[in-house]
Amino acid sequence: MSNLLEVHKVVKKYGDYVALNEVSLNVPKGSIYGLLGPNGAGKTSLIRIINQITLPDSGEVILDGERLQPKHVQTIGYLPEERGLYSSMKVGEQCLYLAQMKGLSKDEAKKQLDYWFDRLGIQGWWNKKIQELSKGMAQKIQFVVCVLHKPKLLILDEPFSGFDPVNANVIKDEILALKEQGSTIIFSTHRMESVEELCENIALIHKSNKLIEGKVADVKRQFRTNSFEVGILTNNVEGLMYDITQKFTVSPANFKSLNEDLKLNIQIGNASPNELLHVLTQRGQVTHFVEKIPSVNDIFIQTVTS
Amino acid sequence: MSIISLIIKREFIAKVRNKSFVVMTFLSPLLFVAVAGFIGYLSSMKAETKQIGIHDETGLFAGDFVKQNKKDSEFHYLDLSNIDVKFLKDSIVKENLDGLIVIPKEDLENKTEYISNNSPSINFIENTQDIIASKITKLNLEKAQLDTLAIQKAQANINIHLAKSSGEESLKGLNEIKIAIGGAFGYLIMMFIIIYGNMVMRSVIEEKTNRIIEIIISSVKPFQLMIGKIVGTSLAGLLQFTIWAIIGLGLMFAASGFFGVNVGPTAKIPPELMQSAQHELSGTAQMYITELWNLPIAGIIIGFIVYFIGGYFLYSSFYAAIGAAVDNQTDSQQFLLPIIMPLILSVYIGFFTVVNDPHGTVAVIFSMIPLTSPIVMLMRIPFGVPWWQIAISVLLLFATFFLVVWFAAKIYRVGILMYGKKPTWKELYKWLKY
Repeated sequence: MSNLLEVHKVVKKYGDYVALNEVSLNVPKGSIYGLLGPNGAGKTSLIRIINQITLPDSGEVILDGERLQPKHVQTIGYLPEERGLYSSMKVGEQCLYLAQMKGLSKDEAKKQLDYWFDRLGIQGWWNKKIQELSKGMAQKIQFVVCVLHKPKLLILDEPFSGFDPVNANVIKDEILALKEQGSTIIFSTHRMESVEELCENIALIHKSNKLIEGKVADVKRQFRTNSFEVGILTNNVEGLMYDITQKFTVSPANFKSLNEDLKLNIQIGNASPNELLHVLTQRGQVTHFVEKIPSVNDIFIQTVTS
Repeated sequence: MSIISLIIKREFIAKVRNKSFVVMTFLSPLLFVAVAGFIGYLSSMKAETKQIGIHDETGLFAGDFVKQNKKDSEFHYLDLSNIDVKFLKDSIVKENLDGLIVIPKEDLENKTEYISNNSPSINFIENTQDIIASKITKLNLEKAQLDTLAIQKAQANINIHLAKSSGEESLKGLNEIKIAIGGAFGYLIMMFIIIYGNMVMRSVIEEKTNRIIEIIISSVKPFQLMIGKIVGTSLAGLLQFTIWAIIGLGLMFAASGFFGVNVGPTAKIPPELMQSAQHELSGTAQMYITELWNLPIAGIIIGFIVYFIGGYFLYSSFYAAIGAAVDNQTDSQQFLLPIIMPLILSVYIGFFTVVNDPHGTVAVIFSMIPLTSPIVMLMRIPFGVPWWQIAISVLLLFATFFLVVWFAAKIYRVGILMYGKKPTWKELYKWLKY
C-alpha cells in the first residue's frame, strides 16, 4: 500500500522556538491515521504546514507523489480545532461559497450540499444564519463544509468536541464511510478511546519530535511488557506464590471475574507463556489467562512522561 | 481569478445586506440635509445691531462714521463727542453701549482707542482704521494745498490681460476655478477614504473574530483574500456613495422648494434688469464658458476616476494591513494616525503649493509620491500636466498598491499564529522578515 502523504524531515521554527524538529511521517493511502501528542507538541504546526497555511523552514511534504503546491488545497479537507463560520451569513450560501472556494462549480456544490444535508437530516437549515444555530449544529455544518469537495485527504482536528454522544456517533460513522470510499484521514485528538476505535496507524509527537509511528498493532507489540493477567483457584496460595516468584515478577491485579479467584499480574520476561501456564496448572485451576496489551492511552502516557 | 471574483461577490453582498449599511444609506442623507438646513437657518438669522459710540475730540471724524449707518448694517455709530468719556465708559459697563471709539486731539495716530468688553472682529478694526486714515490723508493733502480731485484723476488703474503663447486670451479667475475643480475632486477622494477605509479594515478582521480564518486560508491565498476584500468593500462603498449623491440632490431640491427658496442666484432679479445685465455679462460669461470647455475635461474626468480608484485602493490596502495585524478594532487605533497624516498633508500641499505654482518642484514631486499623488495630481491636472508625469505617477500608485497588498497578505498569514497578542511596530517588522 503506497503512501498518500509523506512528510520528510520538516523543520519549523518560530523565532528561537523549534516547533517541529525534523519530523517525518508516512500516511498510507486509505487509512485513518491518528496524530497524537500532548498540548503544544507541534501537531497544529504540522497540520498547518500540510494545509499550506505556513511553510516549513526546511524539509518537504509529498502529497500523492507530488511536492505540495497551491493546487493541492482543493484535494485537502480541513476541520480546524478552532471552529468558526461567518456568523451573519446564511448556512446554505456559506456552504456554497466555501465549496466554490475549494474549486467546485456552483451546481456541483449544490448537489453535494443536498446530499449531505439530507444525509445528516439538516435540510431545514438552509436559510438559517449561523448565529441562530447551537454550537453542535454549527459543528455539523463545519463538518459538511470540509467534506463537500470529496477531498483525497481529510484532516480532522478534534472532530468530536462539542458533539453529544448521538451526534458524535453519527460523525464517526460518516468518517468510517468516507474511509470506505477511499479517503485518507488524519485524525488528531486527545480522546484515546476513539483512536483505539478508528485508527489503523498512529504517530506520536512530543516536544517537537516524532517519537512513535506505525500501525497500531505494531506499536502495541513494541510496547508489550510480556505481562499476563491471571486468575487462579487454589487451596495453597503460599505454595503457588513461592513457585511463581521463583521465576517471574508478580503484582496484584484488579479485574472483574465471577470466581473467588486469586488475581495476579505476572511478568514473564523472556520465558514463554507456556512455562507460566505449566507452573500455574500444577498448583490450581486457571480461570483467567490474558496477555496484558498496552492501550494507546498507556503508550501515550508512558512515552510522554518518561 | 474566479476565486477573487467569488470573494468580491461575497464581500459586496455581505456589506450591502448588512442592516446598518441599509440604515445608514438611507438615514445619512436625511441627517445631512437636516444639519445643512439647521446651519442655513442659523446663518439666515440677523446679527444684533451693535451700538458704537464715537467720542471725537477733534470733531473731524464723527461725521464720517455716522455716514456709514445704514438700515441693515451690523454697527450703528452714535456721535457722542459732547459727553464725558468717563460717563461713556460707565455705559459700556452697563451695556448701554457695545463699544466706544475715543479719538483724542493730540497724537491721534497712536492714541486712538477702542473700548469694549468684547474683543472686536478684525474687519471692524480695519474698517475703523481706514475711515480715520483716509480722512487724515485727505486733510493732509488739503493742508499741503494739493488738488485732491487732480490726484484722484492721476491715480492709474491697470488691468492686465492674460494670454497664452498660442495667442488665445485667457481669463483671470480661471485659476481659481481650476483649483476649485481639482480641490473638490481631491476632497471627495479624501472623504471616501476616511469613510470607507475603516470598512475594509473591519472586513479583514472579520475572519479572525468569526474564527473562520483557518478554513479560508487553507483554501485561498491571503493575497487573493485581501484583493477580494478591498475591491468588494469598495464596490459596496461606491454604491452607497452613489445612492447618497442621488438622494442628497433630490432632498436638497425638495427642501429648497419647500422653504420657498429658489435654486439659483438669478431667480429674484426682475426680468428687465436681468436682460440688461445679461447683455453686459454675456461677453465675458461666454469667454468663461468657452475657456471652461477648453479645460482638459476628458483628462480631468479620466484622471479623477483613475486616481479615485488608485488612491482608494492604496489607502484601503493600508487599512487592510492594519486589519491583518490586529485581532480586534480597538487594537487598531495606534496604527491609524500614520495613514491619515499623508492624506491631510496632500490636501494642504494641494491648496497651498499647487495654487501658487502648479508646476513647481514641490508640486511635481508630491504628485508622483503614491501616498499624495491622488489628491495633488488631481489638483494639477486642470492646469495641464505632461502625459509622462501622469503615466509615472499612476504606475507608481498601482505598483505601490499591489506591494502593500502583498505586504498585508504577508502580515495576515503570520498574524494567524498570533491569536490574542497585541502586535507592536517592532513585531510587525520582524514578521516581514519571515
